[in-house]
Amino acid sequence: MDLTEFLTKTAVIFAVFALTLVIAMYSTWAERKVAGFIQDRMGPNRAGWGGLLQPLADAGKMFFKEDFIPALANKWLFIAGPSLAMLTALLASAVIPFGSTFRINGHEIALQGVESNIGILYVFGVVALGVYGIMVGGWASNNKFSLLGAIRAASQNISYEVAMGLSLIAILMMSSSLSLGEIVSQQHGGNWNIFYQPLGFIIFITCSFAECNRVPFDLPECETELVGGYHTEYGSMKLGFYLFAEYINMFVSSAIISVLYFGGYNYPGMDWVYSQLTSALGTETGHNIATLIGTAVFFGKALFFIFFYMWVRWTIPRFRYDQLMNLGWKKLIPLAIFNIIITGAAVLFLKPVITAWLN
Amino acid sequence: MQLTNRSKQVSNKEMTLMERAYLPAIATGLAITIKHFFAKKVTIEYPEVKRYLGPVFRGRHILKRDEDGRERCTACGLCAVACPAEAISMVAAEREKGEETLYREEKYAAVYEVNMLRCIFCGLCEEACPKQAVYLRHDEFIPVFTERDQVIWGKDLLVEDMNNRYTREAWTKEEARALDLKRAGGEVTNVVPRAIP
Ligand code: SF4
Ligand code: SF4
Repeated sequence: MDLTEFLTKTAVIFAVFALTLVIAMYSTWAERKVAGFIQDRMGPNRAGWGGLLQPLADAGKMFFKEDFIPALANKWLFIAGPSLAMLTALLASAVIPFGSTFRINGHEIALQGVESNIGILYVFGVVALGVYGIMVGGWASNNKFSLLGAIRAASQNISYEVAMGLSLIAILMMSSSLSLGEIVSQQHGGNWNIFYQPLGFIIFITCSFAECNRVPFDLPECETELVGGYHTEYGSMKLGFYLFAEYINMFVSSAIISVLYFGGYNYPGMDWVYSQLTSALGTETGHNIATLIGTAVFFGKALFFIFFYMWVRWTIPRFRYDQLMNLGWKKLIPLAIFNIIITGAAVLFLKPVITAWLN
Repeated sequence: MQLTNRSKQVSNKEMTLMERAYLPAIATGLAITIKHFFAKKVTIEYPEVKRYLGPVFRGRHILKRDEDGRERCTACGLCAVACPAEAISMVAAEREKGEETLYREEKYAAVYEVNMLRCIFCGLCEEACPKQAVYLRHDEFIPVFTERDQVIWGKDLLVEDMNNRYTREAWTKEEARALDLKRAGGEVTNVVPRAIP
């Protein structure tokens, strides 16, 4: 790896993180706006044009609040909790393929922080670490309610991770790759996984709702109704970090959904667009512009899923805790296993038949 | 025994497969909420847009003058006595020679103050006044205070400006409703505001 390559890689990674942060920041604005619109009102519209400066105002407010650490709390862990939550959420965004490649003077720059051939495993590993943020926060607060809230949240996250992983296996069986880039390129054009894996998609998106602690699975959150979750003792920017991490998680999972099931930066007719652009503008510029279009498509999909998260939030009421566990263990996991069996059978028996028939 | 006619028969019937599948119900719910997303917003953006509160709304006080521009208040103190919040205080003075164009009666209020923090806008002062001098405007609120000395409103703020007289088209809910009906029927297009008696 020479110096230029190293620098471009670093720049791309920073850009990815910055982008993730900005999107998460504006998700907080969008959430309130969507909430307003669905409830027939305007939502925030005072700070800046259409309320666009609202996230900054919120951040300012958070910074000026009292930074409070309970006397009996474990000080370092208390600080580590939110940082951990934020860190794990942010790290997962590193492997998301935002687009294909840029070509500058013959150099190929992949629009992906880290091109890893175990991308999806990495995402799962890092996202699973998010539980530590919650547990550490709840435990370090030295408050029994927080600890109970943390345990509640952790058990929810872990049980839904099981179903999520199982639903994902079907995808991995179909693509026989763990690399997100590879999974995306296999869904070339309109050949998206959602058409082959509708059941898996429903399980996956349900689980990612639970993973992000979003309604209808927001029992870790709901400070008002359930006397606080794991963050009862948190205030100021530390609470802000927890909440913000949730929004980053939401963006990451939206991106992952669009990568796994909706073809990432692929869209129908992209070959035609690509050939038109390259013939009109020359190989390099045409390629870059096609890449930009693909990236825009990717963001369109990811942002739609962020919107979907919010849409669901104002539609479905919260699950009771036992119902939530029932759904996770008794419905989603068996369904996911069923899906694996079906997919396995299809991959094993149907695919050779179809490929033979196509040839 | 039936206490109200709103009671509903509780049904314990089994859910159909469609209902138990849960997802169709979610889809219906999502369809309903997205309709609201595009629906017309009911919000009125308050400080810029103000809703008309009707003729019976009780806003800030005004001390009326009569048609010749003389102050109507005779400093009888009935409003202050009627006021349950004890928000009104005044100092009476005698009218001098040559001041007949200023004050309607021989006695007038040299100082008339309403403490807007105490006032509960009950409108009892308005009802108590024998001289039809004090009214609560239906079209203006008390502005937000930021300083203590803005709380007490003296005559400078209360006494009516002759160039911009305060009138009300309707005085009771019934009158307002009748007027609305007439307007809706196209009978009245422009009502000449009735001078305050
Ligand atoms: S409106 Fe009621 S409270 Fe206010 S000054 Fe008049 S009588 Fe007193
Ligand atoms: S406002 Fe009316 S009630 Fe009050 S002192 Fe003047 S005349 Fe009397």
